[in-house]
Order: sequence, then C-alpha cells, then structure tokens
Amino acid sequence: MVKGIVALSASLTLLACGGGNPCGDGCHQQFNITVFAAASLQPPFDTIAARLRALGTTASFNYAGTQALTAQLTQGAQADVFASADTAHMQTLEDAGLVAGTPQVFAHNKLEIAVAKGNPKGIHGLADLARAGLVVVLADPSVPAGKYAQQALQKAGVTVHPASLELQVTGVLSKVALGEADAGIVYVSDIVTSGKVDGVGIPDDQNVIADYPIASLKSAHQGARIFVNFVLSTDGQAILKAAGFEGV
Amino acid sequence: MRRTKTPAAIGLLAALGLLLFLLPLAGLIIRAPWNQALGELADPTTTTALGLSIFCSLTATGIALVLGIPLAMILARTRGTLRNVLRALTTLPMVLPPVVGGVALLLAFGRRGLVGSLLDQAFGIQIPFTTAAAVMAETFVAMPFLVIAVEAGMRSVDHRYEEAARSLGAGYWRVFTRVTLPLLRPAIFSGAVLCWARALGEFGATITFAGNFPGRTQTVPIAVYLALETKPEAAITLSLILLVVSLAILVGMRDRWLGAL
Repeated sequence: MVKGIVALSASLTLLACGGGNPCGDGCHQQFNITVFAAASLQPPFDTIAARLRALGTTASFNYAGTQALTAQLTQGAQADVFASADTAHMQTLEDAGLVAGTPQVFAHNKLEIAVAKGNPKGIHGLADLARAGLVVVLADPSVPAGKYAQQALQKAGVTVHPASLELQVTGVLSKVALGEADAGIVYVSDIVTSGKVDGVGIPDDQNVIADYPIASLKSAHQGARIFVNFVLSTDGQAILKAAGFEGV
Repeated sequence: MRRTKTPAAIGLLAALGLLLFLLPLAGLIIRAPWNQALGELADPTTTTALGLSIFCSLTATGIALVLGIPLAMILARTRGTLRNVLRALTTLPMVLPPVVGGVALLLAFGRRGLVGSLLDQAFGIQIPFTTAAAVMAETFVAMPFLVIAVEAGMRSVDHRYEEAARSLGAGYWRVFTRVTLPLLRPAIFSGAVLCWARALGEFGATITFAGNFPGRTQTVPIAVYLALETKPEAAITLSLILLVVSLAILVGMRDRWLGAL
C-alpha cells in the first residue's frame, strides 16, 4: 500500500509538469494543460483534445472515478481543469477553495441498463434486475454513477443484490462487455461510445439526470480557459452529443 | 580483518532510499486521526475488510506453498532454453500490471473464459465476484515471489545430503520431507513472507477479477481506495491498521523462523 501511495504521488508529479510555454511575437500561443475528468467523459474529451491540439493547446488527462479525482485534488494534486460527474464533488472542491470562478454545467447524462449484445437475458427494465440468478454489477454508492443508480432503483422500488460495486462506472461497463455480468447500470453515453453492449432504457420517472460541471482550478493558467470555452462552445457541445451526452 | 570504510556517497544514497520509504509512512502517522482510530477499528466495514484481507492473503500463501515449491524444484532442475522459458513464464505476473493480470484471469476463469466457461456449463460454477476469485487473484500476483526465493534456495542447497540419505536407503518422499524441505526452510520462509506481503497489498488484479463487495471481495486495499474520498480519516486509519498488522507479522515471523539463522 505504501508502494501504491509512492507510485500515485510520482504519477501526479508527472501530470503536474505540464506548464505553459512562454511565446514570443509572431508565433502561436502554445499551452499544455492537465485536465482531471470523470471516467465517463473520456470518449468526448479525447476528441476535444485532438481538436484543440491542432489549435496549439495540448491537454493531458487524468480520467478516473470523480471521487478519486476529488481526493487527489484535495490532497494537493496539480491540475488546470476539473470536470466532474456530479455537482456534489465540485462543491467539495469549491469548499476547499480550489476552484477559480463559478463551475458551469456543460452536459447532462442519463442512466441506462447495459446488457450483452442482443439482450440474451431479456431484461426490459429495472424491475428485471431483481431476478434471481442474474449477475448484476453496479458502481459503488460513493461513485456518482453508483449514487445515481441507487436513486433510480429506489424510485423504481427495486432491491438488487449486486455481485460487485465497481470503483468507477467504466468497471461496470467492462464487466458487462466481457460477459462476466448480465447487466449493469451505467450512463447512456457509456453505451453509445462502447459499442460492445446494448442499452435498455430507463423511463424518465425512474431515471436520474446527472449534471456535469466543469471549472478552472485556482492554480490554472490561461490554457484552462481555452479548454473550458471549447467544451461549452457549439463545436464542443456537438462532440458531447455525438458521444451520447445531452447538451446544455 | 579490518573493515573497509564505506564511502560517504553510499551512505547518502542509502539515506535517500530510506527517506523515500519513511516520509510517506511519516505522512500516514502524522495525519492519522488517533482519537478516531479505535472507533474505526470497531467499524464493521473495517473489521470485515481486515478479516477478509487476512483470510485471503494467508490462503493465497498456502496455495502458493503447495504449488510453488514443486514448481521451484522443477525450475531448479531444468537447464537451457526450457528453463529460461519456464522462468520467464513464472515471473511474468511480477512485471505484468496487476489490472492486466486481472483481465487475463477473467479471460481464463471468467464465465466466458477458456476454463471458466467449461466450469460454468459442466458444474454451474462461476468464479468471478467470489472470495475464491480474490484468493486466486492474490495467488496469481504473489506466487512468483515464493517460487523465485525457493528456486534460489534449491540451487544453493548442497545436494550431497540428499544423495547420502538416498544411499542409506531412504525413499524419495522420505528424503524430500526429512532432508530437502528442512534444508530449504530459510528460503521457503522468506519466500512465503514476501508472497504473503504481496498478497496482502494486492489491489489491481483483485478489483478486476473479483470486483468489490463488502465481506466477499472487499479487501483492505480496496476499502482504503473507496474511503479515501468519502472518509479520508477512515482511509488513513485503515492504512495504518494494515501497516501495523503486516509489521507485527513480519517481525513475528522473523523472530520465530529466521532469527536463528
């Protein structure tokens, strides 16, 4: 475990090394920024990064469960931008005095049930997840996706006995994609971008809308603004929609 | 004989090396909420995770002993290319990122895995997400440490003792239990301790292959990871408890088994 902590701080140092390049007259302004983003944001953010690179801004990402990112940031990890999968964790960082300005919600996401291609187990709604013999995997309630799943199941009045409470939503997705779990509750965007699982919709009265806020952090330099603005721009919103998110 | 003086540079580098270990430890100890530590110890999440961790790591070490000692003996007796290939295969889990090890275990023993699919069809046995999966993940990652130590021991053992016993009429198993194993004792114990320590700290392969569920597969490292954000004090306390337990067992083992060496 001590080894793990050492490795973590080493990798954080590496992540924190991206700084802006001072640039003389006549050349493009070059920026290197570090973005801490919820695991579910990886597909659209990678696309956004590719677009920004052409414009001279290089973004490096630390994708993980929002709760893990929040812990890293409150423990002093250096980053320029934080994109969270819920408003509660952004609030934690605001309370810790780490956020510059006001966070802005840039996308919404809904929950969906991930099942194997072709839905061999015939799952049609949350109530089916309580069926005996079904291997169901959820995200841990301390992870936003897990908290939302718990709320959705409560609204539907369904009690599920999960085989595992994964540490991030991508863990749920991969276990369904590998065929180890029959079903899992993930974000619509996960299903759209995965391509390896099918989605079973959850009706709006049982569903939970996840708000994704983004903010520059106190220690950030100018490049952070460029990233945040692009995410909120028409182009950025189109990329998010293509990845299954709902725009703002 | 007069001892050669150690150059200052060596001492300095050694001190830096020691600091790399000690500073994070100091961080844990200084930031630990000592007044809450006892309360944390009584928290069922903590005790369940700790009990599971101890059970899984000891079981993994037991399996590693039963399977690893014979493997080390074979390794020590082969030569040439075969030995290099066998050795590389055995040490692979040491260099493989544990998460990749976990995926590999799923592909072998998962419901759709090479062996796992047969087990599921023939007996209805599903390994992932069970305590057995956590034990397997730990064994996979930790056994190489035992094999390497015992193999080194086998190579340095004076085989004339075994030959002498055989010439006096002892059969294979008698020589093995009365001569070989006692000669290997130091290597087996240091290998077992390393193996157990690695199993106790295992995280990546376990979360991938066995998942996370309290009381079933949530070992202390996973509980610490989860607590880090929601209850940082609990995470630090849990880390300290794991540290104290490992230290106690390591020191105890050393006195009991290695002290006389």
